[in-house]
Amino acid sequence: MFYREAGDFKTSYAADNQTFPILFDRYRYYFVLFVGVAIIPFIINDYWANSILIPFLIYAIAAIGLNILTGYCGQVSLGTGGFMAVGAYTSYKLMTAFPGLDMISITLLSGAMTAMVGVAFGLPSLRIKGFYLAVATLAAQFFLIWLFNKVPWFYNYSASGQISAPERDFFYFINIPVTGPNAESWAKYLFCFLFVFVLAWVARNLTRGSVGRQWMAIRDMDIAAEIIGVNPLKAKLTAFAASSFYVGIAGALLFTVYLGAVEVGEAYGITKSFLVLFMIIIGGLGSIFGSFAGAAFMVILPVVLRNILTGTMGWDSALATHFEFVIVGALIMFFLIVEPHGLARLWALVKEKLRLWPFPH
Amino acid sequence: MKKLAFIAVSAAIAAGSPAAADLVFPSLSYRTGPYAAGGIPFADGYADYMTLLNERDGGIGGVITRVPECETAYNTERGVECYESTRGEGALVYQPLSTGITYQLIPRTTADGIPLHTMGYGRTSAANGNVFSHVFNYPGNYWDAASVIVNQLLEENDGSLEGQTIALLYHNSAYGREPIRTLETLSAQHGFELTQLAVDHPGQEQGNQWLQIRRERPDYVVMWGWGVMNQVAVQEAVNIRYPMENFIGNWWAGAEHDVASVGADAAGYRSLNMNRLGDMPVFAEIQEHVIDAGLAAGDGSNLGSVLYTRGMYAAFLAAEAARTAQEIHGVAEIDASMMRDGMEALNITDEVMEAAGMPGIGPEFTVTCEDHGGTGMAIMQQWDGEAWVTLTDFIAPDDSVTQPLVEEDSAQYAEENGIEPQCAES
Repeated sequence: MFYREAGDFKTSYAADNQTFPILFDRYRYYFVLFVGVAIIPFIINDYWANSILIPFLIYAIAAIGLNILTGYCGQVSLGTGGFMAVGAYTSYKLMTAFPGLDMISITLLSGAMTAMVGVAFGLPSLRIKGFYLAVATLAAQFFLIWLFNKVPWFYNYSASGQISAPERDFFYFINIPVTGPNAESWAKYLFCFLFVFVLAWVARNLTRGSVGRQWMAIRDMDIAAEIIGVNPLKAKLTAFAASSFYVGIAGALLFTVYLGAVEVGEAYGITKSFLVLFMIIIGGLGSIFGSFAGAAFMVILPVVLRNILTGTMGWDSALATHFEFVIVGALIMFFLIVEPHGLARLWALVKEKLRLWPFPH
Repeated sequence: MKKLAFIAVSAAIAAGSPAAADLVFPSLSYRTGPYAAGGIPFADGYADYMTLLNERDGGIGGVITRVPECETAYNTERGVECYESTRGEGALVYQPLSTGITYQLIPRTTADGIPLHTMGYGRTSAANGNVFSHVFNYPGNYWDAASVIVNQLLEENDGSLEGQTIALLYHNSAYGREPIRTLETLSAQHGFELTQLAVDHPGQEQGNQWLQIRRERPDYVVMWGWGVMNQVAVQEAVNIRYPMENFIGNWWAGAEHDVASVGADAAGYRSLNMNRLGDMPVFAEIQEHVIDAGLAAGDGSNLGSVLYTRGMYAAFLAAEAARTAQEIHGVAEIDASMMRDGMEALNITDEVMEAAGMPGIGPEFTVTCEDHGGTGMAIMQQWDGEAWVTLTDFIAPDDSVTQPLVEEDSAQYAEENGIEPQCAES
């Protein structure tokens, strides 16, 4: 009934190759965009923005970034937290050094800076693979955090080593603050939404183009890929660069828009690397939709659980927190047993079912 | 899935919508994670004192108090969520008990017009009320604490620390790094050598730091620790047979649970305390009205412990500020901006403390528009193997050292954020 190809005639190659070839899927996508741009900004309040939607959008960017590297190119990385910190500190230095700069430029520059750092730490991937590469990226994680703690220049010699985001505008002719305490929730939300939309669109098109095919060839079997003419140096380093660009932007937004003040060891520690890795494993490796699903699962579910357990059921907050760990952990195991390929695969199966519903064979 | 979550959250929010006309004191507590050992007694003390006011006096000025609790697990992201979820209930004052969360809440609370009370933690330069209009850190701050420790050591060493070495063992976070600037200044002034030893979150790994202490044998080890870090440090000090009376913690590193696991071997370990210990009439009343009535926030076992007492002291200061605000504005149901005025006009005297059943729990102090920091005085206490014993009376910090640092740091903040001094016109 739903998701049927019938009646949707393609008359050009472009139409045939579009991301959402099924009419119903396309409408659903437009609908989500419409709700995201034209409805949510008008009804959003501070709680929804700061506790649910903004962290979801930011972690979705990080998950897409790590998915490019791990899901599409097959290079396991545990350095996500460190790369996010690079993005955050670049933003901080740019914000304080160039007070006139707008947030879009700052965020993009932070991504570019992180891409360069990512390439530098991606060089060992040409020699080492699998678990060994994971350990090498783990070293990047610890080194970067140590660096930002150790060198006072990065935090402008403040007494506490904390960095905090001053007020900056959306874009140079859009004078709406998106950082700092006076930023409106809808502005912060739309700013993140814009980045998520553009970056997800770019990622989708990168991964199905020639670059993405090279990444996937390397992932599936690097020797075979090399024999058929894929340059592993280029493929791996572009994957590291693109991935770090995304992760850096996520780290920058986490600091500037979401948290406002950051303690590097706490906000960008090893737990953050694992969190993003779990997102893509649960969401689905090698899937853009999976990145969104994983981010939603890891960010929104704990908040929902907390609200139900303490708000609706009136549990003690400590007990609720302990149970939150139990329930989220159990759900992760359940999903991985039922569907090892993640929520993205589950979604694909649902689509298959919906197509036949209500008259299955 | 998402739709379901949406419905569930909407339902949860709708169910938790506030009943108006209470005095709301949100408690951003942490009863889980590596810092829970300190978070639990503090949160219990805070909530129990508010319950006592409700049960015994019918609230503050006739208005019932309410303490909605939100679990942060000492994590800044959860702290933000807690702030947003409790703010709408008419929160009067926030006390996050975490320096990291404090740094996030300073700009937010100021923009939202809600006062933030960071009692003996948080951003030290917030003592300058000229710049930080909505942040209060009375009765003391970290720079005061560092200065108090050095003053006490000066007294023990006949006024000179020339040539001595002091190692600072600190939690590698904003919290632990705060005293460094003061200690550096003091080190230049008094001629002692300062060694800095950072311990990373959560603080269980301290082997290297103690190896260095063992090798270099500093004359004193000063600790800025919290949570599990304190217990590990005390254990390590005992392991290398460091003379315990030369090992001094700040006021967040001197509770029963920090030393109880080592017990008698830790005897001699000293720490600061910003509130006096011992039996106070208020404990009997809490026992009677709160714990025996089954209204305690925890299991009641923490009553009278160091951090329980401090949580209760924090609640007492908040309640007195609310009372002051009620007097200033002549209304019983105050809001956050009135609460701020009350905090700024707070005057804690011996009579006030006596009346609340906690005579001499803290120093007498007055808050003004310029000075949000209180006196900064602290006592020195010592673990005798079974209990904490008060060693000294309240020791004053050296304001001539801390005050310029406060001015300098707050001026930098004011410049970065474009803040005009708020006290000038009044």
